[in-house]
Amino acid sequence: MELARLPLRRVAWRLAEGIDQTLIVLLVSLSMLGLAALFSAAYQNPARLVSQLGNLGVAVVAMWCVAQIPPQTLMRFAVPAYAVALGLLVAVALFGDVVNGARRWLNVGVGRFQPSEMMKLALPLMLAWYFHRNESTLRLRNFAIAALLLAVPVALILRQPDLGTAALVAAAGFFVIFFAGISWKVLGGLALAFLVSLFPMWGMLHDYQRRRVLTLLDPTQDPLGAGYHIIQSTIAVGSGGVSGKGWLNGTQAHLEFIPERDTDFIFAVYSEEFGLVGNIVLLVLYALLIGRGLVIAANAATVFSRLLAGSVSLMFFTYAFVNMGMVSGILPVVGVPLPFLSYGGTALLTLFLGAGILMSVNRHRTLVQT
Amino acid sequence: MGAAELRNREQELAQFQLRIGIAAAIVLAAFALLAARFFFLQVVQHEVYRAKAEENRIAIVPVTPNRGLIVDRNGAVIARNYSGYTLEIFPGRVESVERTIDELAALIEIQPRDRARFRKLLQETRNAESLPIRTRLSDEEVAKFAANRFRYQGVEIKARLFRQYPYGEVASHVIGYMGRVNQEDQERFAAEGNDANYRGTDTIGKWGVEASYEQELHGTTGFEQVEIDAAGRGIRTLSRTAPVSGNDVTLTLDIRLQRVAEAALGERRGALVAIEPSTGGVLALVSKPGFDPNLFVDGIDPQYWAELNSSPDKPLNNRAISGLYPPGSTFKPFMALAALQLGKRTARYSFVDPGYFYFGGRRFRDSKPGGHGTVDLHKSIVVSSDVYYYQLANDMGIEAIAGFMRHFGFGSLTGIELAGEAAGVLPSPEWKMKRFRRPADQRWYPGETISIGIGQGYNSYTPIQLALATATLANGGTMYKPRLVAHVDRPRGGGRRYVEPVVAHKAPVRADYVELVKRAMADVNKEGTGARAFAGAQYTSGGKTGTAQVIAIKQNEKYDESKVAERLRDHSLFIAFAPVESPRIALAVIVENGGFGARAAAPIARTVLDYFLLGKLPAGMGAAAEDDYAGREGND
Repeated sequence: MELARLPLRRVAWRLAEGIDQTLIVLLVSLSMLGLAALFSAAYQNPARLVSQLGNLGVAVVAMWCVAQIPPQTLMRFAVPAYAVALGLLVAVALFGDVVNGARRWLNVGVGRFQPSEMMKLALPLMLAWYFHRNESTLRLRNFAIAALLLAVPVALILRQPDLGTAALVAAAGFFVIFFAGISWKVLGGLALAFLVSLFPMWGMLHDYQRRRVLTLLDPTQDPLGAGYHIIQSTIAVGSGGVSGKGWLNGTQAHLEFIPERDTDFIFAVYSEEFGLVGNIVLLVLYALLIGRGLVIAANAATVFSRLLAGSVSLMFFTYAFVNMGMVSGILPVVGVPLPFLSYGGTALLTLFLGAGILMSVNRHRTLVQT
Repeated sequence: MGAAELRNREQELAQFQLRIGIAAAIVLAAFALLAARFFFLQVVQHEVYRAKAEENRIAIVPVTPNRGLIVDRNGAVIARNYSGYTLEIFPGRVESVERTIDELAALIEIQPRDRARFRKLLQETRNAESLPIRTRLSDEEVAKFAANRFRYQGVEIKARLFRQYPYGEVASHVIGYMGRVNQEDQERFAAEGNDANYRGTDTIGKWGVEASYEQELHGTTGFEQVEIDAAGRGIRTLSRTAPVSGNDVTLTLDIRLQRVAEAALGERRGALVAIEPSTGGVLALVSKPGFDPNLFVDGIDPQYWAELNSSPDKPLNNRAISGLYPPGSTFKPFMALAALQLGKRTARYSFVDPGYFYFGGRRFRDSKPGGHGTVDLHKSIVVSSDVYYYQLANDMGIEAIAGFMRHFGFGSLTGIELAGEAAGVLPSPEWKMKRFRRPADQRWYPGETISIGIGQGYNSYTPIQLALATATLANGGTMYKPRLVAHVDRPRGGGRRYVEPVVAHKAPVRADYVELVKRAMADVNKEGTGARAFAGAQYTSGGKTGTAQVIAIKQNEKYDESKVAERLRDHSLFIAFAPVESPRIALAVIVENGGFGARAAAPIARTVLDYFLLGKLPAGMGAAAEDDYAGREGND
């Protein structure tokens, strides 16, 4: 007994090594809330729950694997990952499958996947690697090259068109550039240039993208069309009140008034059933998660690891803020899932890989300094 | 590692940590913004959104009642309901109706007339949620569409009850037809405060009994409070007020008699009204040509509609109640009764008929050149002497004629429960005064009275008036208001309401005078103008032939049928009642442009009486046809 128990405990200990306790508690909490909301959104259909549990399992294993890899090793993946992701994006543009009018998917025989999802991590990896390599000789020129590295995949994703993913990828890349220390003047100039470029960009947007932006300004103009999502999800949130309607009691969600209620709009289901109290709990959990990530970044050993950790942390923020903002009607409807809560394997994988990176960075912060 | 480099690194780290701090601040600010938004939605505006969610959730769905049946006097169902599938487009939910139809046509057969009908419906009904592009889908078509449903936004299959008329064209003018509820109907519902009861009802009786008894037939719409999802699909019913089916309406009509009468008229234009004298119940009411009310049920095909409207035969006109015809010689029995009652003639008075009557330099001809010899009142009816009645009319004067004829309902609406009844014209000086503008036209000329006596001139009555007058005569002067409905039954044995016979009027006539006239009419069918048609009849009957001029014939000119265009030929009329002793049926027949009454109309009357009194079917309508009906009875 004793003999049998000892190696088992040791194995468990060994496995838990590198898993950040704070992060894992937060992730488990968020995932539990997600499963609860999903169970409600999926009409208490256990199949959906089982499927998401499977996704979670895969994602957690992936996170664990990444957490074991030191950042130096991760750095080696930066260029190939970026190159492959970019190549796949080009392939999508040429041979991708069109679903719902957007060319986002690449058929790889066994199934389809979205290379743009891969870019969410490949781009910050690449940029962090790039800044790390040019650490000592950082000039404006480097920022220009970084901007180019960012712009090419973002432009490809925008062309698909996929506004939500493009925004997420661009944000992930931008955070690296921001943390790399781009000067405030340049940043101000870029912000100005961005505002100015909004006008020609407006012309480049697809009709449905423009409609989404316009209906955000006044959703009631098209209550059964483009404004429908926003109106219905706002009703769901608002009708939740302080304490919510109670788990499984959300009428908006259960009556199919909420479109995509188990994926991008799961927050409407959650918010309707758990109310303001539930929302605050969720915000606090996210704030703690992001905060923990930023602390890890602040304490990171290398430029690469701190930039990557900072970017990943803010990626969580971007997901959460954009999704909740969109469901509650202050941001346009873009395809951004609620991190760790929305149904879907790909998003979960990306997010948990991000968490794995944070853990890796945290675990190996001292190893390098010596 | 140099000191400068180290400092540089520390500086960099400090800068990075500052930016981390800034990022943290931005995150907190953004989350604070979200929290504020949540507070606004869930606390400040909570009530507003709570109400909206509730509104979303519950829909009041009308439950359309089953329409009542229409049944003939023997219980044969002549209007029933069957459930069928329609393919309906929600015009508000599709981008382009035409494109949607094109797309549907790839899957389900859609004919040009379906499109035309749909367009017509779209124009007529603005408020309708959905309109049928195809009706009566086969099971195969339903399955086909169901499998491809996801491809068609704003198109759905609906199960609906349809009206069905198993007898087709038979009695079409009595039954009438159904049509889509249109703007006008909706305004009327609103004015009557009936709009709630018509929510969910998309067809309404437009004509005939379907329209007259709409209120009885429609029933009371039930309501369900249904929890619905965003697509409008019901999830569960919260409460339900059951609909009350419409009442079944039983007609006085005998559908088999009706069918015999229609077959007897055949392809000719004309009308026939048969009335039960002792109750006023209408036994048959025929107007030919008719139409098939089944074709109106799901929105009429515009082409068929145009054909009906543009046909010179005017199949949509109910000739029986709105066709106006001079009664011709069928007027004579009533003139004879008037003469007796008003003391202008006695039964014994006779004169030698020269074949013409001079008045004011005008020569009024008899249809028989050379006259009928010695003619008394009885013979005047049996042989249909014109000269007798020229003289009589002249002796009585127009005021007396009009005064008397009013008692038999001539020139007045009978009050039958059908829309569109015409009053006709009972000529009188007052009528002329009102009818014409120019003073010269307003004056009544005594010469005009002469032709009134033989049922010509301004005389203009509907077949139902003529039938009612005959029934009144057969009934000894007591006029029952004609009616189509015998009783109305609440569904599932919920009680019966009889429509009681109503005495509309009692003509002031002496019974023995009535007997005289009836006896003369009986002899018409035995030895007079109706004898040929009634040869060998196994029952007693009274009749009178009539021939109504369509065009005025110049004096001294002989009417030559072969030279007159078909539509200008004389109308053929016949009135009859049987049995003579206690009449069970009285009728009037008119065959437009049928020529002499004895030839066209009288045999039709014979056929109808044979069937009604003896159950004898005319040749060509075998027992098979009878069985055919039996099989079609009952409701599904």
